Amino acid sequence: MTAYILCFVLFSIGLFCVVRKRNIIKIIIGIGIMEYAVNLFLILIGYCKEGRAPIFAEDQLIKNMVDPIPQAMVLVSIVLGLTLTLFLVAVAIRIYETYGTFDITKINRLKG
Amino acid sequence: MTPQALVPYMIFLPLSAAFLIPPFGKKFKKAGDVISCLASACVTVLGLYLASSVALSRVLVHKPYGWQPSFGIAFVVDGLSGIFLVAMNIVALAVAVYSIGYLNTYTDRWKFSSLFMLMLAGINGVLISGDIFTLYIFLEIAAISGYFLVAFGIAPDGLEAAFKYAVMGALASVFVLLGIALIYSHTSTLSIAGIAQVISGQTGQADVLKLAAVLLLAAFSLKAALVPFHAWLPYAYSSAPAPISAMLAGVSTKVLGIYTIMRIFFVMFAVTPQVSVILITLGVLSMIVASILAFVQVDIKRLFAYSSISQIGYVALGLGVGTPLAVFGALFHLLNHSAFKPLLFLASGAITRLTGTRSMGKIRGVMKDSPLTGTATLVGSLSICGVPPFGGFWSKLIIIFACIQAGRPILAFTAAAVSILTLAYYFRSLTQVIFGKPVIRGRVGAVTVSMGIAMVSLAVISALMGLLLLPNIGNAVLKEAVSVIMNGKSYAAMVAGVLK
Repeated sequence: MTAYILCFVLFSIGLFCVVRKRNIIKIIIGIGIMEYAVNLFLILIGYCKEGRAPIFAEDQLIKNMVDPIPQAMVLVSIVLGLTLTLFLVAVAIRIYETYGTFDITKINRLKG
Repeated sequence: MTPQALVPYMIFLPLSAAFLIPPFGKKFKKAGDVISCLASACVTVLGLYLASSVALSRVLVHKPYGWQPSFGIAFVVDGLSGIFLVAMNIVALAVAVYSIGYLNTYTDRWKFSSLFMLMLAGINGVLISGDIFTLYIFLEIAAISGYFLVAFGIAPDGLEAAFKYAVMGALASVFVLLGIALIYSHTSTLSIAGIAQVISGQTGQADVLKLAAVLLLAAFSLKAALVPFHAWLPYAYSSAPAPISAMLAGVSTKVLGIYTIMRIFFVMFAVTPQVSVILITLGVLSMIVASILAFVQVDIKRLFAYSSISQIGYVALGLGVGTPLAVFGALFHLLNHSAFKPLLFLASGAITRLTGTRSMGKIRGVMKDSPLTGTATLVGSLSICGVPPFGGFWSKLIIIFACIQAGRPILAFTAAAVSILTLAYYFRSLTQVIFGKPVIRGRVGAVTVSMGIAMVSLAVISALMGLLLLPNIGNAVLKEAVSVIMNGKSYAAMVAGVLK
């Protein structure tokens, strides 16, 4: 249970970072933290105490095994998160070149 | 080949086109355009074929390598995804043809074609995937290539819009993944049919599923840009290149937002009264707020963006009311909207070409300058305003009738009032733009043949949309999709029946 609560705290830190921070680099870091929290949550779902990898072979007796599907999901979601971070950082660099600032409140050429 | 075996090609063709374009695109200038147009034409034909075979056999299930769906990944095409596959791929084909002419002024246009094909692969993937995690992956592919395409012009406003869109989109995707994790923790399966079976076997709804439903509804409303979640849309639509605005308005919000809401909340979860109330509230808010905001716009693309939010509101309202007639109206309005809104955005691109500005105060007399662009804008505007012979009138009328029939006269009155508001702001903003006296202005380029072809074909389609009202045609096209939404429970049995 403690692990789930800590996972939720991590998620909330990420959400706070995205919503409240003005520096766009910190916003990107916040999105990263949120993604890690969700990945951690997925791993926790599949975890069981003293479980082991579900590899079947001769002379192997497996009683407790960890659910492998969330782990596969985490691998995919890490790749998707990487693509998104890559895009956001590239755009942040371009924004700094054109606007000369990382402050989201000063990047406001679009009105309305 | 059987139709089942052809289902994955809906993803495979655009995806392989996306990776074929880079090696050829650098050497041959036209390679990107040729490959992307060919691929979207093939996918459109394939979509029509799949939709017609769905009309016969009700559901097509493809199991890669014979894995059972609780372990493997199944691709499912039913009546709902069939109608979406046809409509969305036709719009994508028109956009691909349009961008041949429109992209003359851009460098590195093969990158555009490649990203566009990736986006189309994501869209088709969302439509045919039979489990929620695959749906999430393709949703992300479509959304991320959308972010890249919004920033494609690398103008300062494009970068700003893309950043804000991407941050909001990232929040939505994190919520979707969290919702999927919660659902998986409860049901131990990812396939939509399997989850529906597990849920229908239980009495009452578990708290975990309620939390998951809230997260998913918020995330998909953000993707569909319903009103409290709409902030990214006017930025992204007004700053993106015109073909991408058309693609986002006509395809992306529909599939990533509305289709996923239909699939998850009407087919996978049994729809609850709370969800209906939320959908009606979001829909009515979108209709009213966006129409009022549209009055003060001076930028032609921002006007179209706000009217897009308001029209999506009609669809959400129809889904929320939830009688068969209302769902029919919602789907009809959605098809109408995905014909005329891309048309308007493509026309706005042509207008920007001709006049060098997007400010409606400076554009005058498009009809005299370029009759084709003027007529396209006129057809799109008349249809969206709900002028009788066009489809937009009939779909709004059906939604209003359905509200009265369901005993909700206030909703019917709101829908009618917003329709009049729509007519008012289009009339106020576009009369001078279309019919005024032409003034001398900075011409950037001409309307090329390919842009003309795309606009004419979309204009013809949106003019003919009214024919769906006729019982024969309307039933043939929409009946199956309506029955999928209304009888969500039969989906699981149908998919399971095919698998055994």
